[in-house]
Amino acid sequence: MTRTLRSPHFTEEHQMIREAVRRFVESELTPHAQEWEAAQAFPVEVYRRMGELGFLGIHYPEALGGGGMDFFGAACMIEELTRSGMAGLNMAILVQAYMATPVIHALGTPDQQEEFLAPAIRGERIAALGVSEPGAGSDVSGIRTRAVRSGDDYVIDGQKTFITSGTRADFITLLVRTGADPHGGLSLVLFPTDTPGFRVGRSLRKMGNHTSDTAELYFEGCRIRRRLLLGEEGRGFYYLMAHFQEERLVAALAAVAHADRALEQALAYTAGRTAFGRPLDRMQVLRHRLADMACETEAARRLAYHATWLFSTGQSCVTEVSMAKVVCTETCQRVVDSALQMHGGYGYIEEYPICRAYRDVRLLTIGGGTTEVMKEIVARAVVDGREL
Amino acid sequence: MDSVVCVKRVPDTETKVQVGPDGRRIQASGVNHVLNPYDEYAVEACLQAREKAGSGEVTVLSLGPAEAAQTIRQALAMGADRGVLLKTDPACDYYMDPLSVAHALAARLKTMRLDLLWFGKLAIDDQSYAVGPAVATLLGLPCVTEVAEFAALPGRATATRVVEGDRVRMEVDLPAVFCASKGLNEPRFASLKGIMSAKKKPLETVDLAQGTARVEVVALELPPARQAGRWIGKGVEAVPELVRRLREEAKVL
Repeated sequence: MTRTLRSPHFTEEHQMIREAVRRFVESELTPHAQEWEAAQAFPVEVYRRMGELGFLGIHYPEALGGGGMDFFGAACMIEELTRSGMAGLNMAILVQAYMATPVIHALGTPDQQEEFLAPAIRGERIAALGVSEPGAGSDVSGIRTRAVRSGDDYVIDGQKTFITSGTRADFITLLVRTGADPHGGLSLVLFPTDTPGFRVGRSLRKMGNHTSDTAELYFEGCRIRRRLLLGEEGRGFYYLMAHFQEERLVAALAAVAHADRALEQALAYTAGRTAFGRPLDRMQVLRHRLADMACETEAARRLAYHATWLFSTGQSCVTEVSMAKVVCTETCQRVVDSALQMHGGYGYIEEYPICRAYRDVRLLTIGGGTTEVMKEIVARAVVDGREL
Repeated sequence: MDSVVCVKRVPDTETKVQVGPDGRRIQASGVNHVLNPYDEYAVEACLQAREKAGSGEVTVLSLGPAEAAQTIRQALAMGADRGVLLKTDPACDYYMDPLSVAHALAARLKTMRLDLLWFGKLAIDDQSYAVGPAVATLLGLPCVTEVAEFAALPGRATATRVVEGDRVRMEVDLPAVFCASKGLNEPRFASLKGIMSAKKKPLETVDLAQGTARVEVVALELPPARQAGRWIGKGVEAVPELVRRLREEAKVL
């Protein structure tokens, strides 16, 4: 096992999963990076293939087709997936496995799990998470998409934006307003995208993450059965807050792995590039910056693993997960920035993966809760003594 | 169709190998070990033969330290049915030459029922190419090496060897020994399900009775570091000087 991946949390099985995912990614995803980045999409067969190999359900129960492992199994997959070099594809896959579906596992009826979660684990139905709206992002209580009861149905009207996989999702785990109270008036529903009145607006052109689609979605008089309500009506905000821990943890783990990839690229480049008569990595100013990058990444990794352990063992983890989200994503951006700097002019050229990485990782301190929102959660715990 | 596939735990090809303090073997710490890549083709061949026949068992046999159990479990995760580890004693840690390994494997293999006996054509660490043919000799079985294509029939098998640009198709009676070459097949990935079921499959560990070393490793050295290139000149006029230096300095002409 390589030095940085040694940890008391990883068993031989974790290591086998890591190797299996790495081999799959390096042989079936990475070779297509240039092509799929240029096409700004990846084939839907990737979901099917990953489902077949079991990689979309590592931590879900075996009865639903999952692997029944702890979250460190998922961590191995999240880390190795970054080797694809396609942050957009990774994002779509992470949404499928860790963002749009955990609430179905936590709250879904057996029928809902069979209809939505199991096919998502098999890679047969594409999942999206519908929370953000043009007027509400981190402040979830501001959302306005309404679901009104009508007999046995809900009628949904409104708009969502920044929805990963929005143009081709088969269903959306959707946050809707069912009452006036900012927090107590929100509910979660499972929304099939073949519902009449649903329309995909623009696919948004993004700074990075080009292999995944990110869409605006419109809902006009969409009628869905009330049996598609997840959990209880009016509890949506609280469900989402609990479930955000997983999403943020995933972002933290992915950020560390992105930093690893950037450091690997910087090491390879500085070893091979000669200036003033010697390789760049013989120059102290760069050697020490490389050492800093390794130190910072390692510190971030250990915090991410600590938060993963708390989460995986069912302990309270909101503060630590928020800390990890801040530290790992901010560290990642610094490391990627330094790695690009060491590439000199080549770092600014698209053929070098570090160029793409620089754009891709910019999302990490924003998506899944901004650094500022994370710090407020941490401040409430450490300044006000109010642990969430 | 029962198969046995012999596998070896080897350092990962991506590992930067360093010579250990005794100067006779590689530095063990920090080295990631994997299932020998050629053995993966052999495992896949056994799995395919079992699937095609619709019955039979695939047994994975390895000789090595306790950690080689992990290597066996990798093959179990791909789909093999059971494993046997002939465990070497860390206290008598000498170099086992290919024939000693072959004798130990053959002693166990004599007790096993098999139609196909597969090896990778070589192990990427010491590259002896020897163990498969040596075991075949000790067991008195026919042997085909460098197998690039394979099909098993009841009681017989056809195997194609690719050597020096030629393709030689052979037929042999079973049981027989086969040594897998690159390109024989596409080894499957271990799926999550395979990984989770691997720990439930039987893995028997036998302490290997070791003798004494017959071959001694005297020294292990890394290849010399490549030296920086030198400009001798440009174009046709540089050729005589280049030839002179190749003859007198490099002594390769």
